[in-house]
Amino acid sequence: MPRAASLGVGILLRAASFMLLLAIWEIAALSAGSKTLPTIEAVAAALLDELARGELLHHLAVTLGRVFAAFTLAMAFGSALGLAMARWRAFDLVLDGWVVLLLNLPALVIAVLAYVWFGLTEAAAIGAVVINKLPLVAMTMREGGRSLAHEFAEMATVFRLGRWRRFRHVTTPQLLPFFLVSARSGLSLIWKIVLVVELLGRSDGVGFKLQLYFQLFDVPHILAYALAFAAIVQLIEWGLLQPLERRAGAWRR
Amino acid sequence: MTRELTVAIEEKSFIRPDGGSRIVLRDVAFRLELSEFVAIVGPSGAGKTTLLNIIAGLDHRFSGSVQLGGKPLAAAPIGFVFQEPRLLPWRTVFENIALVLPHGADQSVITRLLAELGLADVGATYPSRLSLGMARRVALARALVVEPELMLLDEPFVSLDDATAHRLRALLLKLWRKMPCGILLVTHDLREAVELADRILLFSAAPGRLIADVAVTLPRDRRNDRAAIDATCAEIAPQQRLAAAS
Repeated sequence: MPRAASLGVGILLRAASFMLLLAIWEIAALSAGSKTLPTIEAVAAALLDELARGELLHHLAVTLGRVFAAFTLAMAFGSALGLAMARWRAFDLVLDGWVVLLLNLPALVIAVLAYVWFGLTEAAAIGAVVINKLPLVAMTMREGGRSLAHEFAEMATVFRLGRWRRFRHVTTPQLLPFFLVSARSGLSLIWKIVLVVELLGRSDGVGFKLQLYFQLFDVPHILAYALAFAAIVQLIEWGLLQPLERRAGAWRR
Repeated sequence: MTRELTVAIEEKSFIRPDGGSRIVLRDVAFRLELSEFVAIVGPSGAGKTTLLNIIAGLDHRFSGSVQLGGKPLAAAPIGFVFQEPRLLPWRTVFENIALVLPHGADQSVITRLLAELGLADVGATYPSRLSLGMARRVALARALVVEPELMLLDEPFVSLDDATAHRLRALLLKLWRKMPCGILLVTHDLREAVELADRILLFSAAPGRLIADVAVTLPRDRRNDRAAIDATCAEIAPQQRLAAAS
């Protein structure tokens, strides 16, 4: 009962905080009366207009596809790299410097260089995003790999667990928290970088549209695209990542 | 002919952080029939846990050999009860035990074993909810479920209260009679060894050497008798001191 009650209060507070934000926005827009700070209605109208013309869904889908591709590649290669660095000391010593360098290189520099060297192609765009996210995943997964308990590894050896069983049931559950941390931070980072990459050198996607409406100084449309995409990312967070995290941590309760 | 475990370790040493090496075991040779209960008793630091790790195949850096039925031990089913229970916290009690069973094996044996160990109600519980005594029993069930030819027990009753430890020892004996296998129990408690074992191997302080191999003559039906156990301990203890001094 107390748990259900606190859950209800939680939802209520979240909703109230969201309404407060909208109210502040509306009041500020009305009192400013400027085209550069549009009201909620103006943004909603822009959103509906784009939706009606079929533009919104198309560009959202394109950007989402790039986010998905970059996310998958960065998580896969970053995890493999991080675990290899945790496993083999020599590998770690050789690559540590490279990873730190990549970590400190601005996303913009990587994107520009990728386009200069590999042309304004889809592969260069996605590759640039992957290179941006990869070192963060590698660092986090390396920590995960280092924290693997040798007690459990010994248990698995003594009881002759096969490779797959050992990986699936002994190793993976220990790495999962680290994987989820990099997945959640990764998603929010990657979609922002995808927009930069699109803005610089693609002719579709949310980033491209933002660039277009920036030149027209059309703030309602800029906000419409930005908010629509942020909403989608939030939905993925609520609908996919958080339930996954709850499931993975069920044994802690 | 009964199969047996043959241990012949010439030397086992660890590299110290400063680069030197420290010998933990030297000239440890004994046989154990796979129906026998043998206890290793020695002071802490005598390399007892290291010895179990070597026998279990967790540590290959030693000179000498360990064989089971004349062959290297790699594939034989071994049950190991570690000092800490080492249950996976993200798997329930039942799932922890099922993990070590071969794929497609009959899982009803787990339910039976849990019932015999008084754990019938906790199959769906996560290990963090168990007391140490219960977690130890789960670890014992996990070791038994593979129907091992050889069970290695590393101080499995340490840091339990007397009554719980006593109950667990009785339970171990009961199960051992039902599924006979060779048992090698490491303990620092001579009384515990006398209560359980057919034979006791006495180890010296570091570097661990085998200093005496003593048969426990006290009949099994008198192993509940504290006075009889004390008397047997009193017979064995001087051998330990004498051998250690020589």
